[in-house]
Amino acid sequence: MSPVTTVRPAGGAVTRPDRPDRPERSGRPGGSDRPGRPVSYRLRRNLLATATGWGFIGPAVLVVLGLSIFPAVWAFFLSRQKWNGFTDPKDVGWANYTRMSQDPDLADAVVHTLVYTALFVPASIFLGILLAVALNQKIRFVGFYRTCIFVPFVASAAATGILGNFVFNPQFGLVNNLFRVVHLPQQGFLEDPHQALVVIAVMSLWQQLGFTVVVYLAALQDIPKDLVEAALTDGANSRQVFRHVTLPQLAPVTVFTTIWQTITAIQLFDLVFTTTKGGPLKSTETVVYYLYNQAFHALNFGYGSAVAYGLFAVTMLITLAMVVYSRITKFEAF
Amino acid sequence: MALLWTRDAPPPVPGAPRRALRAPRRGLLPFSGWHLVLAPTALLFLLPLAQMVLASFMPDTDINRFPPRFLPSRISFEGYSGLFTGSPVLRWLMNTVIVAAAAVVSHLVLCSLAGYGFARLKFPGRNVGFFAVLATIMIPTQLLMIPTYVMFTRIGVVNTLGAAILPWLASAFGIFLMRQFFLSLPKDLEEAARLDGCSQLGVLLRIVMPLAKPALATLAIFTLLGSWNDLIWPLIAIQDERSYTIQLGLATFQGQRRVQWSLLMAGNMVATMPLIIFFVAAQKQFVATMTFSGLKG
Repeated sequence: MSPVTTVRPAGGAVTRPDRPDRPERSGRPGGSDRPGRPVSYRLRRNLLATATGWGFIGPAVLVVLGLSIFPAVWAFFLSRQKWNGFTDPKDVGWANYTRMSQDPDLADAVVHTLVYTALFVPASIFLGILLAVALNQKIRFVGFYRTCIFVPFVASAAATGILGNFVFNPQFGLVNNLFRVVHLPQQGFLEDPHQALVVIAVMSLWQQLGFTVVVYLAALQDIPKDLVEAALTDGANSRQVFRHVTLPQLAPVTVFTTIWQTITAIQLFDLVFTTTKGGPLKSTETVVYYLYNQAFHALNFGYGSAVAYGLFAVTMLITLAMVVYSRITKFEAF
Repeated sequence: MALLWTRDAPPPVPGAPRRALRAPRRGLLPFSGWHLVLAPTALLFLLPLAQMVLASFMPDTDINRFPPRFLPSRISFEGYSGLFTGSPVLRWLMNTVIVAAAAVVSHLVLCSLAGYGFARLKFPGRNVGFFAVLATIMIPTQLLMIPTYVMFTRIGVVNTLGAAILPWLASAFGIFLMRQFFLSLPKDLEEAARLDGCSQLGVLLRIVMPLAKPALATLAIFTLLGSWNDLIWPLIAIQDERSYTIQLGLATFQGQRRVQWSLLMAGNMVATMPLIIFFVAAQKQFVATMTFSGLKG
């Protein structure tokens, strides 16, 4: 965290020219180390410091807390109510939470979300490392390759979804057209309940792989060159260097990317909204899509908030578990 | 770095001088084996974008035929004219520009102020405030959707651009980023300026901000990407077509024009091309942003 800073008194009234030459004190500036000052003076100076400080941080803190902690607490109260936004809310205690545990549609949505996460996260980590290692080589066109792989990252999920609808369209799409040329069987893709989730995962990877690649590329470039060279002079071949030097050096970053990508995957919504809308046969209804439907179509604000809290709890648990795991295995990512 | 995991590097002899390790490889291929990984991957990443560009200039007869064409038979602006006459897309684009501009400006101002306050000023409540801000990073957007919608209805910003702008005025990430950056600067200059009678705000504006350009660029790009591409807030809070952002407009438009691909791809071009051009122009800064949000976020 921050080193303790000696701070100039606010307002400019009481600068002490002798101060910069002096070593930092025990870290409590403006404290009891100046007994000679009158109390009213100190009080006024403290007030000034407070006003200046909050003047600086106030607006941003107000926005951030007002649009996150305040609604988050409110959501908890909502989750113990039955409310459609218009009529009077009714207090139902923990009923929304018990309903969650018995809701077969929610259970399906959880399964779909888990399947998607299991498809997306390992693929993005594995391909991220592979492509980062490849892009870290000193070969020709590497700048061009990088641009190609990063560009989709600036496309929105909405644009990706619409483009994906076209590319994976069974009749007019590029992919089936390529399949036809090489005599592969035609696929239903987003219209096939067994394939839709996989296709959405492929689209996500197309759009978001650039992120993992960039993170790993930066991590690769941070590996001390001496480490690699020392291993090589010790007789390790390049594959052994990768396995025993490079990969362990990437471990802390992998803890981070795994947590980050898992959270992103659990919260999948935009792509489902712009492609399948949960179909076909609800095969792509994820937890967040289900939550969105409950809240903004069925107008179950209470139940929707309970589901949101469930999602929050799971997110926290996964993050905590990953951090604890990384601490135990001494990856020291945090 | 070519030393890493090169497939056909010669097996190093133990104790051999280092120079030998960098000897040119003699593989089966006249070029590095990595091209076999990268070229197809690059193609996979480019093809959908190429399809988007080409299809947006196709006449409908080129698309709705079997087998479909990849290259247009002639350049046609049917898609674009259909888009511009059939939907208020220019208005949506303007709305998005307004939202993104407001988000970026507000982020830069508020997060710099707060970041500086947290990094350099000392006052009661500072640590509590900072902890509260950091804690919000854990809260998922989905938890906030319902109460925020209700709140926006009550304060009357629903169906206005305000609903898309408000969530982007400042962010915990931005405050954190600026604070970390300010902490990394040496304090001497600021202290000297204070001694010369410069106010705290004056120090920030005249001394610190000119040094903060890299961090500000990172924050600006992060905010631009996020607010331009945001779908969820406009989706839940804006039903009035005139206040749509481009993302929401396209998502809705798609539902009405299911198979008019040239038109939809033209819409995608309008929504995506500004950012792609910007990306290619400022790629280095973009990549720095992605790295930063990755490693420190």
